[in-house]
Amino acid sequence: MLNYFVTRLGRAGFTLFLILTFSFFILRMTGDPAILIMSPDAPPEALDAFRKSWGLDAPLWDQYLGFLGNLLQGNFGYSMRDKSPAMELVISRIPATLTLAIPAFFLKLIIGIPAGVMAALYRNSWIDRALISLSIAGHTVPSFVLGLVLVLIFSVSLGWLPSGGDSSFKHIILPVVTLSFGGAAVLARFTRSAMLEVMGQPYIRTASAKGLKWRLVVKHHAMPNAAIPTLTVIGFMVGSLIAGAVVVESVFSWPGVGRLLVTSVANRDLAVVQCLLLLVGTTMVCSNLLVDALYGWVDPRVRKS
Amino acid sequence: MMTSKFWRTEFKALPLLVLICLTWLTFMVVVAFSADFIAPYAYSKLNLSDRLLPPVFFGGNVDHVLGTDELGRDVLSRLLYSIRISLLVAFSSTLISAAIGIGLGFLAAHFRGWVEQLVLVLVDFQASMPFMIIALAVLAFFGNTLLLFIVLMGFYGWERAARIARGLTISANEQGYAAAVYDLGASPWRVYFKHILPNIASTLIVSITLTFPEVILLESGLSFLGLGVQPPMTSLGNMVGYGREYLQTAPWILLAPSFFIVVTTFSVSMVGDWLRDRLDPTLI
Repeated sequence: MLNYFVTRLGRAGFTLFLILTFSFFILRMTGDPAILIMSPDAPPEALDAFRKSWGLDAPLWDQYLGFLGNLLQGNFGYSMRDKSPAMELVISRIPATLTLAIPAFFLKLIIGIPAGVMAALYRNSWIDRALISLSIAGHTVPSFVLGLVLVLIFSVSLGWLPSGGDSSFKHIILPVVTLSFGGAAVLARFTRSAMLEVMGQPYIRTASAKGLKWRLVVKHHAMPNAAIPTLTVIGFMVGSLIAGAVVVESVFSWPGVGRLLVTSVANRDLAVVQCLLLLVGTTMVCSNLLVDALYGWVDPRVRKS
Repeated sequence: MMTSKFWRTEFKALPLLVLICLTWLTFMVVVAFSADFIAPYAYSKLNLSDRLLPPVFFGGNVDHVLGTDELGRDVLSRLLYSIRISLLVAFSSTLISAAIGIGLGFLAAHFRGWVEQLVLVLVDFQASMPFMIIALAVLAFFGNTLLLFIVLMGFYGWERAARIARGLTISANEQGYAAAVYDLGASPWRVYFKHILPNIASTLIVSITLTFPEVILLESGLSFLGLGVQPPMTSLGNMVGYGREYLQTAPWILLAPSFFIVVTTFSVSMVGDWLRDRLDPTLI
């Protein structure tokens, strides 16, 4: 058990290290940040002063160590647009993003899992067919198309809901629905496959043959076993809570992390993008670790092997 | 990859649908190649006196079948060129992704040891980061040209091909035919590309059909955000992106490309599933 967690922890640490290194070197490989930020025809003395003040005149190896040291001290650099600390800027956007992401996350679970279970239990019925059609749509309709079509219907034609902004509760509805649709479809599909896989196992037949009520067979024998592959998908969803709404936030002019990322990329505000990369990477690594831990908890076979 | 199994069981009885999808894809490829000949106007031709004309059945005229945009450019012509660019990006990127994946998979299977571990770590890294974020970061740092964009999209989904190539190659190496060719004195290159690759191709093709529609969606998403294909070039996502400004007054600008994105990704997914049935029913 301990061994299992130590291995996982080690891998998570290594992935995090890769992300840090990736974000450092990709920044340095783009050429001279001094020229990028100040413009190529700035006076050479100014460029030198800039390089010195950011430590760019040191050898790359020193810069890299310095970068890691700064991170450990909580120094994530400054936004090149408004000179404020980049991490603060990113963190100030997180509440807005979570206002969308958390309801959407629960909506995905509430719709996706029961739909998948139902479809598997009533295989080939109309419920199953309807679910298949919906999940194909979830797979092939990009979120910006869905979002804009919803705006066209509910804002432009019917005038029931606002098309963008964040000033009232009504503003949350369309983005949350758009955000949940694709995820619910994916989750339903995975749950259905996992359930079908499990339902064909001999232990389900045994449980049923010994006279257990079908409802209890599903509840105690099928669902816990089907939960294992589904957990992976849910873990990925938790990991992308912060950055999973890049497109949807842009469609609905929602002032969250995703919009910040898009504007920072467009403005080439590198420090902010770097911070976001680290933040997303860390969330992803943590949620993967959590999923691994849950695996060990849900499935005794995993922790014994 | 559970999707395959899911659709495989459900749509076995629907070859007609697959036929329709194949026809649609053929049509798309023909359009992409012949955009220069069939487009009624140049895609960037402005005509300020004909701004925001509706499509022909919604009060417009036959000169502009799908209407015009805010600068009086013909939506149909722009659409045809957008299809060309979007398909170009999707095809090239999918090929790059397959090449990277197969290459690394072969390397891992050939050298084993630390090379294999390194490839597996890279696969884990790629699978654990949302690709959109990586793509946005790279675009922020390097700026954007069509070539760079295609190469960047080529890094999408390689880990799937790498996993498959590695697994299948390891088992192929243990089979008689690979050993026989080795014993005849063939170089590893020859064994991998002439003997093992054709034997594992069917599974790889199936994995490519999974990557392809996802690349279309990714490209159109980034272009929608204004960070993908850059003007004056146009792509399907790009059209949706600027059409959004005219959602109220001229919804046709964004509805036409949206329709093409959805139907095309749907078709590729359907054909991919059907291929999976045919080529490799064991793949989940």
